[in-house]
Amino acid sequence: MHPLFLFLSFVALLSALGVVFAKNPVHSVLFLILTFFTLSGHYLLLNAQFVAAVNIIVYAGAIMVLFLFVIMFLNLNVDTEPHKPALAKMAAAVAGGSLLLILVAALKDIVPTGVAAGTPFNSQIGMVDQLGLKLYTDYLLPFELASVLFLIAMVGAVMLGKRETGERNF
Amino acid sequence: MIELPALGWQSIVIFVVFALSLLIATYCTYAERVIAAFLQDRVGPDRAGPYGLLQPLADAVKMFTKEEFFPGGANKVLFVVGPCLAMITALMSSAVIPFGNTMSFGNNLFFLQGIEVNIGMLWIFGVVSLGVYGVMIGGWASNNKFSLLGAVRAASQNISYELAMGMSLIAVLMISGTLSLREITLQQSVAGEWQVWNIVKQPLGFIIFLVCAFAETNRTPFDLPECETELVGGYHTEYSSMKLGLYLFSEYVNIFVVSAVMSVLYFGGFNFPFQYELRDWFINSQGWELNSAQNLITLLGTVGLFLKIFAFIFFFMWIRWTLPRFRYDQLMRLGWTILIPLAVFNIVLTGALILFGVI
Repeated sequence: MHPLFLFLSFVALLSALGVVFAKNPVHSVLFLILTFFTLSGHYLLLNAQFVAAVNIIVYAGAIMVLFLFVIMFLNLNVDTEPHKPALAKMAAAVAGGSLLLILVAALKDIVPTGVAAGTPFNSQIGMVDQLGLKLYTDYLLPFELASVLFLIAMVGAVMLGKRETGERNF
Repeated sequence: MIELPALGWQSIVIFVVFALSLLIATYCTYAERVIAAFLQDRVGPDRAGPYGLLQPLADAVKMFTKEEFFPGGANKVLFVVGPCLAMITALMSSAVIPFGNTMSFGNNLFFLQGIEVNIGMLWIFGVVSLGVYGVMIGGWASNNKFSLLGAVRAASQNISYELAMGMSLIAVLMISGTLSLREITLQQSVAGEWQVWNIVKQPLGFIIFLVCAFAETNRTPFDLPECETELVGGYHTEYSSMKLGLYLFSEYVNIFVVSAVMSVLYFGGFNFPFQYELRDWFINSQGWELNSAQNLITLLGTVGLFLKIFAFIFFFMWIRWTLPRFRYDQLMRLGWTILIPLAVFNIVLTGALILFGVI
């Protein structure tokens, strides 16, 4: 295996564990950002530059900033953390354990086959132009619908920000 | 088999760009004072060295020797990580900017660009959107309400203006059809054709981008995260010594990078008028070889790009010492209810003009 892959996977697993185990919620968010960066590194290794860049822009650059923004206001720390009853902890352990069991059971017989012999594999599929061609030919309708959805969301945000009659600045 | 990427020509280019960014940022601090003095009819720095040229050096000595201070109750690790992140993200984006065309020695062709990728514009946009983390983390870790307010202002301001910035970039994408900054530059000047720079095709988009660039670099009139009349010093209230220096420095590196991006996207990058005629004149009338004439044009183009960048940096400083600061609600209103609808209109307009074959 590529040493860069091993390194990225190691950091990804470590920082993903950090998200769960960090006491301070701000540290958790920062670990999550680090996880996104390592995932982008994996995308780059898979020759998918566009997905790597978009992953950073959308997740690390926008969504996580909002996460951090909210958590900074919440003033979460050890003193204010509510203590959960033992029953809830038990239920969580049982539910999580069953989910792990199901995942292991579902995935244990999988054999990685790679690309089926005979199908031409295009190593450039992750590049912007190839991806764009695919999106605008095979997936045109869902793509356009999604873009209209985003436009509506943006117009909604602008409408919310508009000054209403009788509104004061302060 | 792993090849060490640290030993090639590109690494030399990256190192030079790194050194140049720092040098330009250093002398931006000097230029800022000189321009402020000029605009306010003062003398400005004139003590350290001839014309005060050694002033940045004196500042650096001051910064490095000041007391390293940690406020009580601060998160020590994140307090140090904040300024580091601000500096790292500022320096990262210059990697994909084409600072010049190709140089050829013998059969070897060299690009005056750190890395040529086909996602150059996305890279710039991504790194710019990461720039806010340094401010946010530093402001939060200071354990000070003014710092936190500055950090929160920075975050909401950056997110709001990123939207309009991204949409003004989309209009450039529509006319260029590529995300590679080198391709965008080359399209703005083609040998034997009458081509214009993108500013002629995208005047509205350029104005939107310019306003957003001011907001993203936290410069006046959008420097509310560090607004001293309301927030003491904003996110860097508690910082001293070189950690404060890194914050101030990263602002100038950001200005340099954003100026470079504007020059590349809208003002022809390393192209200058009549470059092909000049090259042909060197070949035909002076008897130069094609390679050496091309190399000379490349160097002239790099000088031209830097002149454009310096003009933009001067513009940033000119605005800072001319315009007062916005109020925070005015800033948000401008971003959401004026710039974003304008950017959408610009996209529609560009689409219509392309459809009818005007541009």
